[in-house]
Formats: sequence, structure tokens, C-alpha cells
Amino acid sequence: MTDTTDERPGPINARPVPHPWRWVALVVIAILVAMMISSFVTNDKWDFPFALRVMNYNPVLDGLVKGTILGTVGAMVLGVGLGIIVGIMRLSTNPVLRGVSFVYTWFFRAIPRYVLLTILGTGLGYLYSTFDIGVPFGKQIAGLLGLSNDLTFFSLDVNQFSSTLAMGIIGLGLSEAAYMAEIARAGILSVDKGQTEAAHALGMSSGKTMRRVVLPQAMRVIVPPTGNETIAMVKDTSLLLALPVTTELFFQTQAIGTRTLQIMPTMVAATLWYLIVCSVLMVGQNYLEKRFGRGFGTGPARGDTSMLAKLRFRAGAGGA
Amino acid sequence: MSATQPTTATGTTAYPLVHAVNVTKAFHGNEVLKGIDMDVAKGEVVCLLGPSGSGKTTFLRCINQLESIDGGRIWVDGDLMGYAEKNGHLHHLSDKQVAAQRREIGMVFQRWNLFPHMTALENIMEAPVQVAGQSKAKAKERALALLDQVGLKDKPSAYPAQLSGGQQQRVAIARALAMDPKLMLFDEPTSALDPELVGEVLKVMRQLAQDGMTMIVVTHEMSFAREVADRVVFMDGGVVVEQGAPKDVINNPQHERTKSFLRRMRQEEDDAEATPSA
Ligand SMILES: Nc1ncnc2c1ncn2[C@@H]1O[C@H](COP(=O)(O)OP(=O)(O)O)[C@@H](O)[C@H]1O
Ligand SMILES: [Mg+2]
Repeated sequence: MTDTTDERPGPINARPVPHPWRWVALVVIAILVAMMISSFVTNDKWDFPFALRVMNYNPVLDGLVKGTILGTVGAMVLGVGLGIIVGIMRLSTNPVLRGVSFVYTWFFRAIPRYVLLTILGTGLGYLYSTFDIGVPFGKQIAGLLGLSNDLTFFSLDVNQFSSTLAMGIIGLGLSEAAYMAEIARAGILSVDKGQTEAAHALGMSSGKTMRRVVLPQAMRVIVPPTGNETIAMVKDTSLLLALPVTTELFFQTQAIGTRTLQIMPTMVAATLWYLIVCSVLMVGQNYLEKRFGRGFGTGPARGDTSMLAKLRFRAGAGGA
Repeated sequence: MSATQPTTATGTTAYPLVHAVNVTKAFHGNEVLKGIDMDVAKGEVVCLLGPSGSGKTTFLRCINQLESIDGGRIWVDGDLMGYAEKNGHLHHLSDKQVAAQRREIGMVFQRWNLFPHMTALENIMEAPVQVAGQSKAKAKERALALLDQVGLKDKPSAYPAQLSGGQQQRVAIARALAMDPKLMLFDEPTSALDPELVGEVLKVMRQLAQDGMTMIVVTHEMSFAREVADRVVFMDGGVVVEQGAPKDVINNPQHERTKSFLRRMRQEEDDAEATPSA
């Protein structure tokens, strides 16, 4: 519709650029998906009904919740917490802290998780049958002084503890901390030096500057790779078998597979559970990225900008 | 007040608020400050002028210990900055003591350095709550009053990225004022701003000067120096070349280096006026 009385150009109502190859690609993909579904339905060796039943078996659910989910959460909490501390130590002006951090990262990145868990599971109990907390060299001192008490406050049977989920979480967490330390270090370094100076100029101590100013901004850089690490950890919980801890998703489904000789459907059951857990984690990661992107324009902030941000996102997605 | 500080009376006050003597500073052997002496009286506004690289920023940063000095002494309100003197020996202050000294000094940076993950209000409340231990309610009330003072009453919940450069710099000034500093340091507060935003920041600073704040301002805004400063200090090559009342130094400079610098500044101002605003 053109208004001839006004010759100034009006609103733009342009046709989009045609994308014929998108349609071709879509058709090809649709055909492939149809073929796949058809094979699922016609080939009963897949036996999806059995796979779904396996997913709901109690030992499988138990392994999923305890070994896989709890193991992931525990190892990541330990890994992120310790990793941030090791990462901060690495950037310290204190050469002792820097050295400790370097050696820690060097050691735990070099050792494969499977090997580490095997050592913690069997080797440790062989070397030290109990783990005592007390006065250093308490036994020797007590012997010298002829005391009946050997100055030990807490004692743990290592052979029993070594094949528990807690030991698995410690092992995976220690290993994870080495990777998280590098991620945290990169995150901290990504924050502009002016931020630290502004905080110092206001009279903030170094610790408070780190907690209140630097880390919250570093999180923007730390969260995406941490999501990656978490998803990798979900899968690495299957290594708990090395301890051995058997209440874990993969071992439990595999056990059903060997017992029933239905290997493939049980693997499908495990795969589906891993897919579900990782999908939930991706939603969580998305939330965290928005949370720590506040004020950076990466996610909709409060107030009137949210609409604008959404529109911009949509425009960007449409052009891709 | 420290017994070691000589009482050089400036004006009517018993001793200067800032008393810097023979301050030297080198970066990797490159001597940037070559013995700076400077006294600033309570309530005085001093503008630091000088060509780029003359050490103005470095000197300001030395005053609140963002840089350590190699020689000389700086006292602020009678406190020796960064050191304690005991039996003729200097001892480094702990991080905590340094932080306590910095609380008395507000600093405004060229690139404002607001905390991007906090709203304007949260930026201003941060130090009073986290450093001075004020209650949130009290800090908020004061922060809102400060926002009003810098003309941003309607922006408490804006994030820095949602504010113009001039607005951000005004929030940064309010943030520094929230700790009730005895001294305010400004490092070229308007030189990263679009020309039309310079005025709003200078207006806030002018008001602050009228209210009696002691200020050291590094600036290239000649009209601000002329109208607001009690004294102008011209630095070049890490030394103070000349200083005095603005009208004397700016209109009637004695040293060749000051003259050529001012000539260049005037040239730039004329150019800016000659070209139609972009
Ligand atoms: N952190 C630093 N490391 C090395 N050199 C520096 C550093 N900061 C400043 N300088 C040098 O010190 C000199 C003075 O800089 P500065 O104080 O910023 O001058 P101004 O603010 O007057 O322009 C410059 O030559 C600059 O390169
Ligand atoms: Mg400078």
C-alpha cells in the first residue's frame, strides 16, 4: 500500500532473503529421522519397553540417585570449592602458596581418575589401615612419656572407608579441583584490574575485594566451563567401580544386562538416564549464566531492558 | 598528628591535610616522580596540570597507596601513608591498616570503574555496609541522598551498563563520597566522556568544592581550573615546574614548559570551538 500524496519513504516491509538449502537440509533430516524411528519400531531387538522397565528398577534408581547424582554433586561441590581456593592461591603474591597450588594442579591433572580411584580404593588401605587425627607424632610422644592415651582424637578404619561413596567423592573432587583451579584462575584474570583498584580505594581488604567484587564477575567466565565439567563428572561417576562402589547407574544397568542377556536395552536405559540428567544440568547452567550475567547485558536484566534484550536475541536467532 | 611532620602552616590551618615531601617513584628503573613536594590545605582545591606522561596519575595513586613510593613521605591528615615510624625505623603497615588509611580518601578514576554487577544504589552502599559496617537501611538512605546530590535520584536500580558515561562518573563520585572521605582525588574524571557529558560531571565537582571538600583534581579542563581551583600545580617530567593562583599560572606562566603546554591546550580549545559540534 503506497500513499502517493507523501513521497517520503514509509515503513520497511521487505521480503526475507530466500534460503532454499535450509529446506533441502530439513527434508534430508526428516527422512533420516523417519528411517531411524522405523528401525526402532520394526526391529524388536531394541526392546524399548524392557529398557523403560530397567530404567525404573530399584537398584538402577538407587545407583542413579546415590552414585551418579549424589556423587556428581558431592564431587563438584568439593571440586569447585577447593578449585577456587587453589586458583586464588596460584595468583597469590605469597610464593609458598603459589608453589603448593602449582604442585597440586600438576599432580592431580597428571593422574587418570581411574588410577586415582583404584589407589584410594585398594592401595591406601594397604599402606595405612587406620587414619588418625591427633597430635603430630602423638604415638611416639605418648610412648616416651609413658602415657596410656596416645593423643589421638579421631580414628577411621581406612579399609572400610575406602570403598564408600564418600571416598569416591573425595577422589573425584580432588581431581576436579585441579581442573577447576585453572578455570577459576582464568576467570579471576578476566576481571579488569580497575575493579580491584576501585575496591581497594574504597578501603576494602584484599579478601573482601575478592569475594564481593572479583569473584562475582569472574563467575561469568567460570560458569560455562564448570557446566562442562559437571556434565563430564556425571559420566565419570561410572569410574566409581574402581573403588569399588557399585551403587552407580552404569554398573547396575550392566549387571541387569549380563543377568538377562539383554545387553543393548540395558545400555539404552543407561543412555536415556544420562541424557535426562545432563538435560536437567543444562537448564541449571542456563539459569546460573543469567544470574551471573547481571549488569553485563548478556541476559535480560531487571526492568525495562528485558524486553529489549529478548527482542535482540530473537532478531539474532532469526538471522542465524 | 605525627611528631615527625613539620608544621608548615598553609593559610590558617595548623598543618596541611596533604603533606608530600620529596616523593620519588620509578617503574623498572624509569623514574616517573623525581621528588615531588606538595601541600594541600583543608578545604583547598588543587588542580594538577601537565602533559601526558608527566606523572600526575602516578602521584595521585601514590597518595592512596595504589602505588608504593620509593622515597620521600606522604602524610594525610597527620598520618604517614603506608608506614609506621618507630625508633627511627620505618615499618610497613599491614593490609588492614593500609585499607583503614584508604577509607579516608575518595578516588574517582578516569574510567569510573563502577562495579558492573551491582546497581547504582548497590555500588554506593557497598563500602559503607561492607567496610564501615553500617546497617543496610542507614546506608541505603544515605546512598539515595547522594544519588540526589549528583542528580540521579531516578536511577537507583540502573546497572552501570544502562547509564551514560557522565551518569556513571556521577555514581562513581557518589560512591566515593559515601565513605565521608577527608580528601577526594580525581584523575581526569571527564576525559573519557563525550563533550556534551562533561558539564554535568564538572557541575557536581564544582558543588563539592563549594561545600568545602578538599580536592586534588588532575584535569585538562582549563575553565574548571580557572574558576574552581584555589591553586594550580603544573607538573612536567616528574617534577613540579610551577604553581600558584590559577590566574597567575594560566594567564601569566613563568616557565617555558608551562607556556608551551598552555599554548597547546588553548589551541585545542580553539579547534574544538571552531569545528561545529559533531
Ligand atoms: N604501572 C606502570 N608500569 C610502568 N610504567 C608506568 C606505570 N604507570 C605509569 N607508568 C609510566 O609512568 C609515566 C607517567 O605516567 P602517568 O603517571 O600515568 O602520567 P600522566 O597521568 O601525567 O599522564 C609514563 O611514562 C608511564 O608510561
Ligand atoms: Mg594520567
